[in-house]
Amino acid sequence: MKYVRAFLRFWWDFIVGDDWRVAAGIAVALGLTVLLVDHDVNAWWLIPAAVGVVLAGSLDRSTRA
Amino acid sequence: MTTSEILIFAGAFLARAVEMVEALTIVLGVGVVRGWRSTMIGVGAAALLLAALVAAFGPALQQIPIDTLRFVVGALLLAFGLQWLRKAILRSSGYKALHDEDEAYREERERAAAAGQVQRGHMDWYSFTVAFKGVLLEGLEVVFIVIAFGTAHGSLGLAAAGAGAALLVVLLAGVLTRGPLSRVPENTIKFAVGLLLTSFGCFWSVEGAGADWPGGDLALLGVIAFIAALSFCLVQVLRRRRSRLVPVGAKA
Repeated sequence: MKYVRAFLRFWWDFIVGDDWRVAAGIAVALGLTVLLVDHDVNAWWLIPAAVGVVLAGSLDRSTRA
Repeated sequence: MTTSEILIFAGAFLARAVEMVEALTIVLGVGVVRGWRSTMIGVGAAALLLAALVAAFGPALQQIPIDTLRFVVGALLLAFGLQWLRKAILRSSGYKALHDEDEAYREERERAAAAGQVQRGHMDWYSFTVAFKGVLLEGLEVVFIVIAFGTAHGSLGLAAAGAGAALLVVLLAGVLTRGPLSRVPENTIKFAVGLLLTSFGCFWSVEGAGADWPGGDLALLGVIAFIAALSFCLVQVLRRRRSRLVPVGAKA
């Protein structure tokens, strides 16, 4: 169990890192993009916009802390 | 060679170079103090394992349909690249300390000298373990980048060549300088890698989701320009914020 936990922890740190909200924000934006594309909206702009919002938000939080 | 291929080569090269600089510091610190034989066996074992990971996972992932692969790889690159970019912005704006190779080298030498004898047969297991772990852990991120870049664009060989070239350049520089590569602008390189990872992540995840970029493949350059401009603005804003908090004359 200890090794499984350490393995999962490693991958969490590797992919998600210090601020889980960045990964969560990107996941939501990707889900919305798929949804909009399914409704014939060419939502190429959503991910770049989400990158701007989550990056600025994460930096704001860590520099205010 | 297309623009995308040049950027994939550059991304893998820069990521490998910056991680190798950190691994080199660890290897030098141990090797200089405790001897080279076991240290280099550790380096070789880790390098073989990293190459085996690329050889095993790269071709296997290429069997997945390209749109699914680009969506998943793009999403992972975005999450991963934003970590690099976020840390590089924090360092550039003075909120996070820059990595000091000279200090890391001194600490590694002190630890290697303080560690007792861990000799069994002809092997010094302390040197082997530290070198193996250092090269493996610094190299895992590069393996991820090489596999992601290589499979999503079908250029695994090119990405691996970029990483391999960087390995040779850093090793050669280490042999010539016989010390840690403290003058390498690590944060600038990490900034560039974060920018490329995030941009490719953006580009591929949108394509994988089924949306079309205006301008096709050329849009990648637009994405890079947008994220570079955004990062530059964020650095300026954070520097201004920090200058209001830190007394005049205080060091960054």
